[in-house]
Amino acid sequence: MKQRNYIKMEFPARSVNEGFARAAAAAFAAQMDPTMDVLGDIRTAVSEAVTNAIVHAYPDSAGPVQMRLRILEGDQLEIVIRDRGRGIPDVKKAMEPMYTTGGEERSGMGFTIMASFMDSLRVRSSPEKGTAVTMRKRIRTKAEE
Amino acid sequence: MKVLSSYQDGKLTLHLKGELDHHEASAALRKIGRVLDDYLPQDCVIDMEGLTFMDSSGIALILKISRLMTETGGRAWVENARRQPLRVIDASGIDRMIKVVV
Ligand SMILES: Nc1ncnc2c1ncn2[C@@H]1O[C@H](COP(=O)(O)OP(=O)(O)OP(=O)(O)O)[C@@H](O)[C@H]1O
Ligand SMILES: [Mg+2]
Repeated sequence: MKQRNYIKMEFPARSVNEGFARAAAAAFAAQMDPTMDVLGDIRTAVSEAVTNAIVHAYPDSAGPVQMRLRILEGDQLEIVIRDRGRGIPDVKKAMEPMYTTGGEERSGMGFTIMASFMDSLRVRSSPEKGTAVTMRKRIRTKAEE
Repeated sequence: MKVLSSYQDGKLTLHLKGELDHHEASAALRKIGRVLDDYLPQDCVIDMEGLTFMDSSGIALILKISRLMTETGGRAWVENARRQPLRVIDASGIDRMIKVVV
């Protein structure tokens, strides 16, 4: 698919970067003229994926997290969050609502929220190589809604 | 984010302000745990009027507050959530476990 615009960034897996990542994603998506609700959905999905990289991929270190956003033909926004952490042994199971390895501080709803706020969600993962979360959403402009 | 509290007639209101994510959640929970211990309220209102963003870390926090309240025989519920936090609450389905007043 042809891309019309993109950004790429990398930051260490430190929780202080969660707010930065979702704000940066929203600022990039703003050029597609989305509604406030859709902008909120994008911020939320990015926050979930980035938090997972910070909490689960690198439990005791601050390894690299990459975020890439692309605007594709047909007003599709694609978001990829990639880490080089421990990976997910069973992706299908990890994506079930309420499944968590994170204990009381986590609710196990991250993937469920990503899936419900975006049009598509794909998770590829392999042990030691890390995890890539790819999400897409067609952005209707404010004028279209 | 900030957590402010007010208390009247057995009802403690927690006013959440700013953005609630994983980065902010543990400090918020510590603060809330202290306030709940101080007042041991019958009812606890989680007032989200000032909350401009929340992700699943907020879901875990709400469930934790609800659990702490049930342990001491009280109840908790959510009030005044804005659109984004409300969408997260809806997507997570926790409105089946805790009352959300809209
Ligand atoms: N980037 C990642 N690297 C390694 N494991 C991951 C990654 N992302 C998710 N996981 C695994 O998948 C599980 C489910 O993730 P999900 O985001 O749905 O819930 P959670 O992070 O546990 O809780 P919540 O998102 O509600 O705070 C996690 O508990 C973790 O075991
Ligand atoms: Mg998560």
